[in-house]
Amino acid sequence: MLIKDISKPVKRIDVDGKICGTTRYLADIEFKDALYAKTLRSEKARAKLLSIELPEIPKGYFIVDKDDIPGRNKVRIIFYDQPFFAEDTVNYIGEPILLVVGPDKRKVEEITSSIKVNYEELPGVFTMDQAEQCDELIHGDDNCFVDYKYSKGDIDSIKDRADHVFERNYKTGYQEHIYLEPQGMAASYENGRIKVIGSMQCPYYVKDAVVEALGVEYDGVQIVQSNTGGGFGGKEEYPSLIAGQVAAAALKTKKTVKLIFDRDEDIQCTTKRHPSDITLKTYVDKEYKIIGVEADVKLDAGAYSGISNIVLQRAIFAAIGTYNVENVKVRGRAFATNNIVTGAYRGFGAPQSFLALELNMEYIAEKLNIDVLDFKKKNFLKKGDLSSTGGLFREDILLPDIIDTIENMSDYSKKRKNYKNTLKGIGMSVFFHGGGFTGDGERDIIKAKVKLKKYADDKVEILISNVEIGQGVSTSLRKIAAHTLEIPLEDVIFVNPDTDRVPNSGPTVASRTTMVVGKIIENAAAEMKKNWVPHKEMEVMKKYVHPTGFSWDAEKFIGDAYNTYSWGANVVEVEVNPVTYEVDVKGVWTVYDIGRAIDERIIEGQIEGGVAQGLGYASMEVMRSKEGRLIQRTNTDYVIPTSKDFPKIHSKLVNSPYNNGPSGAKSAGELTLIGAPSAYAIAVQNAIGKPLSEIPVTPELLMEVMSDEQKN
Amino acid sequence: MNKKIKFNLNGEETTLEVNPLRRLLDLLREDLKLISPKEGCGQGECGACSVILNGNLVNSCCIPVGNIEGAKVITIEGLIGTKEFNILKESFDEAGAVQCGFCTPGMIIASYALLTKNSKPNEDEIRSALSGNLCRCTGYDKIIDAVKIAVKKGENIW
Repeated sequence: MLIKDISKPVKRIDVDGKICGTTRYLADIEFKDALYAKTLRSEKARAKLLSIELPEIPKGYFIVDKDDIPGRNKVRIIFYDQPFFAEDTVNYIGEPILLVVGPDKRKVEEITSSIKVNYEELPGVFTMDQAEQCDELIHGDDNCFVDYKYSKGDIDSIKDRADHVFERNYKTGYQEHIYLEPQGMAASYENGRIKVIGSMQCPYYVKDAVVEALGVEYDGVQIVQSNTGGGFGGKEEYPSLIAGQVAAAALKTKKTVKLIFDRDEDIQCTTKRHPSDITLKTYVDKEYKIIGVEADVKLDAGAYSGISNIVLQRAIFAAIGTYNVENVKVRGRAFATNNIVTGAYRGFGAPQSFLALELNMEYIAEKLNIDVLDFKKKNFLKKGDLSSTGGLFREDILLPDIIDTIENMSDYSKKRKNYKNTLKGIGMSVFFHGGGFTGDGERDIIKAKVKLKKYADDKVEILISNVEIGQGVSTSLRKIAAHTLEIPLEDVIFVNPDTDRVPNSGPTVASRTTMVVGKIIENAAAEMKKNWVPHKEMEVMKKYVHPTGFSWDAEKFIGDAYNTYSWGANVVEVEVNPVTYEVDVKGVWTVYDIGRAIDERIIEGQIEGGVAQGLGYASMEVMRSKEGRLIQRTNTDYVIPTSKDFPKIHSKLVNSPYNNGPSGAKSAGELTLIGAPSAYAIAVQNAIGKPLSEIPVTPELLMEVMSDEQKN
Repeated sequence: MNKKIKFNLNGEETTLEVNPLRRLLDLLREDLKLISPKEGCGQGECGACSVILNGNLVNSCCIPVGNIEGAKVITIEGLIGTKEFNILKESFDEAGAVQCGFCTPGMIIASYALLTKNSKPNEDEIRSALSGNLCRCTGYDKIIDAVKIAVKKGENIW
């Protein structure tokens, strides 16, 4: 099939095997004479490890711990802070101490549960407030992994001329990814090299981490992605940790070692979305123009910094959202605590910021007694305006189209007028997502390379390190290559990456794969087409080319934080039950500008899945921590949406294309989640007639808010 | 202690010497090498391990092998090639109901279990029938669409 209209849906390459159940995920792959591994974890939130009492270890069974990491016992993420195996202290409940490895799974579990760890408990830090007070120091001299500040304009100069000033605080909780396939890795020792296969988003992140753990030559490690049952950010940085562990175990035992988490372990020990505490101070003039914003953004990073500084950057760069504000002063801190480590999760800090911002717009409009949509429209960004960091918006911003379209779909304004204090409510959020890595990251850090290989039969293989995790890139990227080469889709090959075969085209994160890697594929395909000789083998290697005219100061956070933005609006309609305080979602409408859709059906799937995750986050997905211990510890008490929880999601696309995206495509995957939590919370507060300032909006919270006049 | 268990698996009489306390999921995956049932949670919450037991949808992670004596067990492997399966396969593909795929075999089994009992379910009935099967990728809409398509395509078959 030739691809004429790239947006027109095609059959997904991966669909048949998945439906027939023949697609093999890591747990479905049989390894000859494999050993099973089980992790012994810390039961204390902060403690010195005094001693570990092992039972008698039978022949053929092994203990793998810090002494078995021949290289550096730190996972390479950003700052090298988390050990593969604990050394003399533990800093969170669930921190890995050692692996028990052996041929019989049940025996391995039995040995693990009979190990006794002697701790000397130390006082811990369990909330961001405690971290900020610094009564107990667990990191540096301020308990901050990072403390960022940036500003634009001159906030002090407008304080006197503001007619209205509002200050309000917003909070969000943890969110767990619940990818349906739990985390897992297997490593084997073959001909003096270590091969790791597993469920992951970023094969070269895993490779870098394993190389450093083992202290071997870069060629001494091979990483292969197994079919991956969902990621959502949860398989961005965490797999590096377990890959290093199984690699060390394979090196020690010279056998294949397989480590697959069960669901409880996955929920209790892997990374989560950062809880946030955001204070916004907003200065408004008498024309209802927002003339200044001061934002103080705090994230709970947990015991290790991991990827938190980058998550925080995305959170603080969203400080003024889709509004044009000339004077901005922002502080962002990622606090060290003795809680579970938080990390990448679809949206990457932005859902927290937009929750605060969009609830704040409602709060201000209510206080000023003006229509919130008029207030937003008066302040919307347009082409030529500057972002919070002073970056220029170079492309058309279609917010007026987006708002008109969603108005028509949802009948928002009419319902909004009629619903006041009727227990029915409707809410709208407006939001963006900056595509790809921040600033010059694509050029200076990632430096993506893509290879296209043409075989004698004129089939062309895409060789990249980006992975199919369900989001459809194995189909979308083939379409881009086939479309440019003008060859049948069936003649383009894409298989799961193996670092022995593919160049490093970067990680599968930041909604960058289609937009950034897809563009390099498009460029490579154009060159291959130009030099095409039938029945002759050929290769084309292309590097990322940074668009000209953009500038970014990564120290001061000044300039173009992103080269392009995707935009969206969500409307959610609800009804609140005054007896049970349960919320029934009556309607969900969405409009997005993701540039040109590479496959409209795949994009619809991204939208529906992202919105459902966002609605779950705002409503039922409750996860709390007490003294460092998660209260929700299983799939039974951490619940995610089922097919009965939300009605059909209606979606439409508008298109302001990005010249540096393939066929004009922009980022899509994360954008879809960012606005749903705020639209939901706004709808609920509209229904009850009282302002909310936190998610998840549980029936318990609503009971408190609706019955307590003092609250809020 | 092992016990002789006789049951019908995907249309074939099967006799095995097994520990009756083992989970049906492990028997299927480890001993019989049937990989379509997946272990997503091991607690009967996610439905990735769904199979049909005597015509009913069950989570195979919650069924001790001792309970399947004399029973009829159906997995995806036993449906492949049937008219009903082909309709479901086409419908899931056409609707775009598959993303990461880990929940998909369970969703197909749940859809089959529904349609063999109720050949013309409405949307509420479809949503209820699939509510024991979690999907984190799709938000369910396209899976619901797929079942609706399968209802139409299989008008005289279900």
